Amino acid sequence: MATRQQQSGPLMQEILQYLFSGITSGAIYAVIALGFSMLYNSTDLINFAHGEFVMLGGLALVTLWGGLGVPLLAALLISVAAVAVVGAAFQRLAIATVKNPHPIVLVIITVGASILLRGVAMVIWGKDSHSLPFFSGHAPIDVAGAKLLPQSLWIFAIAAAIIVALQFFFKATLTGKAMEACAVSRRAAWLTGIPTGRMNLLAFILSTGSGAVAGAIIAPITMCSYDMGTMLGLKGFCAAMLGGLGSLWGALLGGFLLGILEAAGVGLFSSGYKDAIAFVLLLLILYVKPAGLLGSAKVQRF
Amino acid sequence: MTLKTNPKGNPRGMWLAVLLTVLIAAPALAADVYKIGGLFSVTGPASFLGDPEKRSLEMAVAEINAAGGIDGKMLEAVIYDTEGDPQKAVSGINKLINKDQVLAIIGPSTTPATLAVKGFAERAQIPLVSCAAGIAITEPVTPWTFKTAQNDVLAVAAVYAHMQKHGIQKIALLTVADAFGESGKQQLERQAADHGLQIVAVEGFGGKDTDMTAQLTKIRAAGPDAIVCWGTNPGPAVVAKNIRQLQIEVPLYQSHGVASPKFIELAGEAAEGIFLPTGKILVAGLLPPDDPQKKVLNDYILLYTETQKMPVSGFGGYAWDAMHLLAEAMKGAAGDRSKIRDNLEKIDNFPAVSGVFRFSPEDHNGLGPEAFVMVRITDGLWSLER
Repeated sequence: MATRQQQSGPLMQEILQYLFSGITSGAIYAVIALGFSMLYNSTDLINFAHGEFVMLGGLALVTLWGGLGVPLLAALLISVAAVAVVGAAFQRLAIATVKNPHPIVLVIITVGASILLRGVAMVIWGKDSHSLPFFSGHAPIDVAGAKLLPQSLWIFAIAAAIIVALQFFFKATLTGKAMEACAVSRRAAWLTGIPTGRMNLLAFILSTGSGAVAGAIIAPITMCSYDMGTMLGLKGFCAAMLGGLGSLWGALLGGFLLGILEAAGVGLFSSGYKDAIAFVLLLLILYVKPAGLLGSAKVQRF
Repeated sequence: MTLKTNPKGNPRGMWLAVLLTVLIAAPALAADVYKIGGLFSVTGPASFLGDPEKRSLEMAVAEINAAGGIDGKMLEAVIYDTEGDPQKAVSGINKLINKDQVLAIIGPSTTPATLAVKGFAERAQIPLVSCAAGIAITEPVTPWTFKTAQNDVLAVAAVYAHMQKHGIQKIALLTVADAFGESGKQQLERQAADHGLQIVAVEGFGGKDTDMTAQLTKIRAAGPDAIVCWGTNPGPAVVAKNIRQLQIEVPLYQSHGVASPKFIELAGEAAEGIFLPTGKILVAGLLPPDDPQKKVLNDYILLYTETQKMPVSGFGGYAWDAMHLLAEAMKGAAGDRSKIRDNLEKIDNFPAVSGVFRFSPEDHNGLGPEAFVMVRITDGLWSLER
């Protein structure tokens, strides 16, 4: 084919393209994994409705930017803020009111919330998929014959910005440290005067907000529909597990690793086994290193 | 009987007699109409099929009745909602057979529901005209089951015929991992050799996958002359975008599964130049005046948009066709189900919305490859390929 003859070293170029495919999906998984990890970091809770907040972020941007024509930056900020408000309401109404906050009870509540949010989104946005234009130009960038979308660069940049901001927040601010303290021991934190309830709320706001950012920046690549959250949430959760729950850098590493494994699975084996290859490797890694690649040694099982 | 007869003429006894007379007379009254059953997924995930089908059946019944009915008898439609659930379809068909005692049944809307109820129609010996697309409904042919929706087989044949005309030899397949994609893949692989096509790569993707560049990179390495993608939204739109991204310059063929304006909206600029097969309803305005379906299509579209106050759907036609085919078969059958069945099989050259039907004892779908036309997406609109 003409397209192949123009390029030198087609094999290298192919491998580079698989790598680009991998890091594009990987960056998406990483941003979602971040939300899981940071919530776990501060509340010891896994929010299985996280994928739905990603979906809400994407669909909110569809309505504001795509539908109402609000300028991109404003639309992004409003979407994220609106989803964070939903996240806060979720924490106040469903999580904080639980009399016996055993982890299993809370996890089941988040599963219930995911079904509710999906249903509400279906009523509001319908069952069809929605599409958004790329943030800046759609001409792919050519790197040694392999193609990368400018939107992928947006995703990398925003993911990196979120991670640096969160890292700074947890390590360098008093509020962040107080939040981490809640995760270590809620009771001890409370005894030292940390308002644990408010810290919990803040954690939910940050986590669901970051989910909304993820949904909004991936919308032009993935397209949005009310049921997109389930698969994205699952992949993000896997990435978080792979990297080690609670570790922000682990979430990033896990996300990229999962994405690259999937792309390599397609390239080297068959697309039919894409998900199987990624998940088998995930099991193997967790077998050898139960806490994940960058997780702390302490592992709790419910 | 322990009912005492009162020599003085008990009014209660008289009322009972009146009631009995009415009850006995009721079936006689009912026999003056021909009852047709409908099973559609009016609500639920497949409501995009069932809702326009229900509307179209009601429209068809009203139209036939306004023209004097069939042999002087009026039609009456009894419609149950299957919610796209095979179990609800089974309870619906049992009600239609035993309680409503309909002459024939139209629907269900989906392939799984049709396969679930097919056995009941066969045992009760009631003609069933399904509105679902799956090939397993009429292949192998069973005496009482017919269908009006076009098969995958025909869509694949239309795509391959177009490729052959354009000198394409090597193709790559990229299909979604669900029932629609699997069925398409099977047909694509089965029919390739007949059209002199060589399949050089077969790849798949998940219904919710967000990036197909890895599969496409592999396909590009295999050097096909064209790529065929078989799936329903949004996957095929992602494929179209990824092909643009990788700057692969071979033609892309999509399936009839994305033959709706929604696909063009989702894929945006990347939709330009894509070929796909579709029923003629999508391009009714573009058909040449000598097309046998043109008049039927225009009449149906006009009636639908006028009575339903909404744009016509590509799916309601299946129920419309089923009703008109049945009406044709019911003429002179005097309400005899086996006569209706025999007459259905004799229908030849019947232009309808989904195609020109030619039923026979060997073919209960009755459509040929000309039921599909190939369209190309040009400037965000369909253009007819000849």
